Amino acid sequence: MADIKFTKTHEWVTKDGEVYAIGISDFAQKSLGDVVFVNLPEAGDEVSKGESFGDVESVKAVSDLMSPVSGTVTEVNEDLNDAPEKLNSDPYGAWIIRVSDVSDTEELMDEAAYKEFCSKEE
Amino acid sequence: MGTYIPSTKGERDEMLASLGLPAGEEGYRKLYSDVPESVFRSHELDLPEGMSELSVVRKMTRIAGENKTYQTILRGAGAYDHYIPAIVKSIPNKEEFLTAYTPYQAEINQGILQSIFEYQTMICGLTGMDVSNASVYDGATAAAEAAAMCRSPKRRVTLVSATTNPEVISVIRTYCYGAGTELRIVPAKDGRTDVSKLAEMLTEDVAGLYLQQPNFYGLFEDAKAIGELVHAHKAMYIMGCSPIALSVMATPGECGADIAVGEGQSLGLPLAYGGPYLGYMATTSKNMRKLPGRIVGQTTDHEGKRAYVLSLQAREQHIRREKASSNICSNEALCALTASVYMAYMGPSGMKEVAMQSMSKAHYLAKKLTAIPGVRLRYSGAFFDEFLTDMPKADAVLEALDAEGILGGLPVEEGILWCATEKVSKDAMDHTAAIVKEVLAQ
Amino acid sequence: MKLLFERSVPGRKTQVLPPCDVETVEIPKEYKRLTLLPLPELSEVDVTRHYTELDHQVFGVNCGFYPLGSCTMKYNPRVDEETAALPGFTGIHPLAPASAVKGCEEILQTAKKDLCEISGMDDMTFQPAAGAHGEFTGVLLIKQYHDSRGDTARRKIIVPDSAHGTNPATASMCGFEVVNVASAPDGGIDLDALESVLGPDTAGLMLTNPNTLGLFDRNILKITSMVHEAGGLCYYDGANLNAVMGLVRPGDMGFDCVHMNLHKTFATPHGGGGPGAGAVGCKAFLAQFLPHSVLMDAKDGKPAPENAAIGHGGRIQVRGFAGNFLIVVRALTYILSLGKEGIPETAENAVLNANYLMHQLEDMYRVAYPRTCMHEFVLDLQDLKEETGCSALDVAKTLIDYGIHPPTMYFPLIVHEALMLEPTETESRETLDEAAEVFRKVYQLAHDDPDYVKASPHSTVIGRPDEVQASRHPVVKYG
Repeated sequence: MADIKFTKTHEWVTKDGEVYAIGISDFAQKSLGDVVFVNLPEAGDEVSKGESFGDVESVKAVSDLMSPVSGTVTEVNEDLNDAPEKLNSDPYGAWIIRVSDVSDTEELMDEAAYKEFCSKEE
Repeated sequence: MGTYIPSTKGERDEMLASLGLPAGEEGYRKLYSDVPESVFRSHELDLPEGMSELSVVRKMTRIAGENKTYQTILRGAGAYDHYIPAIVKSIPNKEEFLTAYTPYQAEINQGILQSIFEYQTMICGLTGMDVSNASVYDGATAAAEAAAMCRSPKRRVTLVSATTNPEVISVIRTYCYGAGTELRIVPAKDGRTDVSKLAEMLTEDVAGLYLQQPNFYGLFEDAKAIGELVHAHKAMYIMGCSPIALSVMATPGECGADIAVGEGQSLGLPLAYGGPYLGYMATTSKNMRKLPGRIVGQTTDHEGKRAYVLSLQAREQHIRREKASSNICSNEALCALTASVYMAYMGPSGMKEVAMQSMSKAHYLAKKLTAIPGVRLRYSGAFFDEFLTDMPKADAVLEALDAEGILGGLPVEEGILWCATEKVSKDAMDHTAAIVKEVLAQ
Repeated sequence: MKLLFERSVPGRKTQVLPPCDVETVEIPKEYKRLTLLPLPELSEVDVTRHYTELDHQVFGVNCGFYPLGSCTMKYNPRVDEETAALPGFTGIHPLAPASAVKGCEEILQTAKKDLCEISGMDDMTFQPAAGAHGEFTGVLLIKQYHDSRGDTARRKIIVPDSAHGTNPATASMCGFEVVNVASAPDGGIDLDALESVLGPDTAGLMLTNPNTLGLFDRNILKITSMVHEAGGLCYYDGANLNAVMGLVRPGDMGFDCVHMNLHKTFATPHGGGGPGAGAVGCKAFLAQFLPHSVLMDAKDGKPAPENAAIGHGGRIQVRGFAGNFLIVVRALTYILSLGKEGIPETAENAVLNANYLMHQLEDMYRVAYPRTCMHEFVLDLQDLKEETGCSALDVAKTLIDYGIHPPTMYFPLIVHEALMLEPTETESRETLDEAAEVFRKVYQLAHDDPDYVKASPHSTVIGRPDEVQASRHPVVKYG
């Protein structure tokens, strides 16, 4: 996970060529509790950095998903419709959207900086 | 004076003393020490003295007696005088059903939760949809909530057919005003939705169409064809249906609707000067999480026992707050229970019988009335249990019927909108026709 | 418990109607239902046994102590059911001519007069069917007011962070942006925070007073005048009116419009989640914006302002007809029973009961805001959770085993392990003493046997249901 970066709102992002994959961090899934539903955007939607592209529901809470980048959604992880629990069991394997044509990126932290950031949040 | 405070004066003073407060008024004033002096009891309350139970019953009975109750009701237009079986009145009056709060505590409210689950199942069965909520306030608010479900940032316009009950249009318009979205009315032609105009109006900014079936004039719309047209333009399709008609009429599910709503008053609720009524609301699995209001789901407890809970709560205002699509919390749960008892008691054959008899009687009444010179049906289309007539001297006709204990049809658009239910007898309709004939002959 | 559908026997039925006495007419083929009508087939005895079994698995106010904060679960007088069932009310068509509905209009006019008197308002509508629906109506009054003056820059509604979720949701439904303001350490609104968000874009403030912490905001007159000075209007969420009715009027506190939950304050039953009624009152200058019923106006010969836009002569309508009329009948029966002395006496004893119970618990449980409360108070169970691992939820579920309905949990959101208790005035001192004893027992149990508490309740027909499964893989109908 060398190239993984994080936002202050607990999303992670990795870059594979020109495509960015986005998910939520282990810290995020733990504080949410059991994820029951993910409100996903559709392929083709535009996302903007620092703005919501969907949300994650647990039984008694809902949390916005904030995009770390500006660009176009090329793919959404439809598996999460049937198995939202994957965000709990495998947060770094369960990407939520893939984005291309990225024009702008949020200020991101590397793993060490993010760890530090989370320890202050707790 | 009626009182529901059990504690005696002595007990109250002791309770005040336990808080270190003086007895009586002085003690109570101290409890309200945060209230500014200038607004506390600043005003002598101008209300009557309290009344005993017997006195209040006498008074309310006197007031109820100021109303006129009709032997025969031939008026519908959104409120229908169907027969209510005795058991449908007694069951919802059981004190636990009556006095419980919304069943957030599932362990001690399985009875309510299961009854809502059964209600949801029966509404799905009636409408041919996949998922129903636990009810909303009435048919008009159900329509307005459905219109809101259809909207997306790019599609913000709601279309409503002009053949819809004006009350429903008025409520949708109000909700659109709140949300800052636009309502456009699709014109009518011969009492039915003008399909060619509709085709022109289905632009790229249209979120959805609301169609009433049977419509305000009692006529059947070509609901299936209209649904196909709406979907061809990528808009959503909402059907507002009479639940009585649905037992014999093509369902929203069969017609391809995305959302089915309607006024559930016909399912065992009294006319009651307009309420409480019941808005039913159902949709497809795809749109389940957009459905507002409470939804009961089946699950298991830790021992694997079947259990019911309020489910999908993260859609709702207490969690989503300003991001919730609706603010609804209290709905019409006891009315939904009443409707469930009605449907369970009537069963499929009883429900169909009510629909068949209502339709048959409306047709008999139409036949009798239009046999009178000067009376004609305004529209020629097939109708269910309501129809619109043109006749001279409408006011005099309605007054003459009123004097005979008959509530005639509703004056609408210079005509009269009539309705018959299974409660109306042939004799009453013959009598009605005779009075109309007599007035028109004068 | 079996479902209705599991009791169904093919061919079984009830006989309700006489044979059709006119020629039968079939629905034309092109409009006919093609699918089966999947309703259960039952006898009358099946139906009554089924629902009696369900009713036995419901906890109502008649079953025991119901200190559900913010919900005012007071006793629902039986006589109110009797008056609401009078055939002279139940049998009235909403579109019957004016001459036939004089009694209904007398009910609505009398209830309006009395509730305006209690709230300090000048006019009122009964169309809203619930509290949240009343909020929607009230905030639409504010919207129309600004629109009618061409003051369209007022886009923001201010809501305190302790507010019910319906407040921000309502403001959004009415097209406003929601601005949350923080609470001060004493639980009231932070005046500096309020000052900083007021401005030419302020449409109004939505406030509950006493608030959801059960505290009366001492600065209320200052708050409403600050909002008015900024050009906004003040909306009173009447959810907690039971604490002050007959003693303090929202109108005198500076509010311009209010809703009252007839199903809380005025004792009409909750029905397992409605029907309620959210009467909305307003000052005279807003009366022109109150909702109407287009068909009721038409049958009474009142001209409709054709094509006029809402806020510019057009009227709003929030549901069909006159609203939940039979709920108004019940509420009026209650008001007439209590009368001018009984209304304030009710408020005073709701507050006394809450303070009495709070006082009994405060040596063991931590009260979130330890000062004289109004009709309800909030316990903060954070300490207990840290000491024993038992949460507010665990305590609430254990109370069930002692015959007490759990208090409101995890609300308001600004107290994390919150239990909110509202005993209401209809509970006796013995009930409060017994409840306090149960709370002490549960506290002790949490220390002695936390696992037992965490597995509560033990006496109910089901244990704690799996809510995660219910939301992940929803099963929302039978079959």
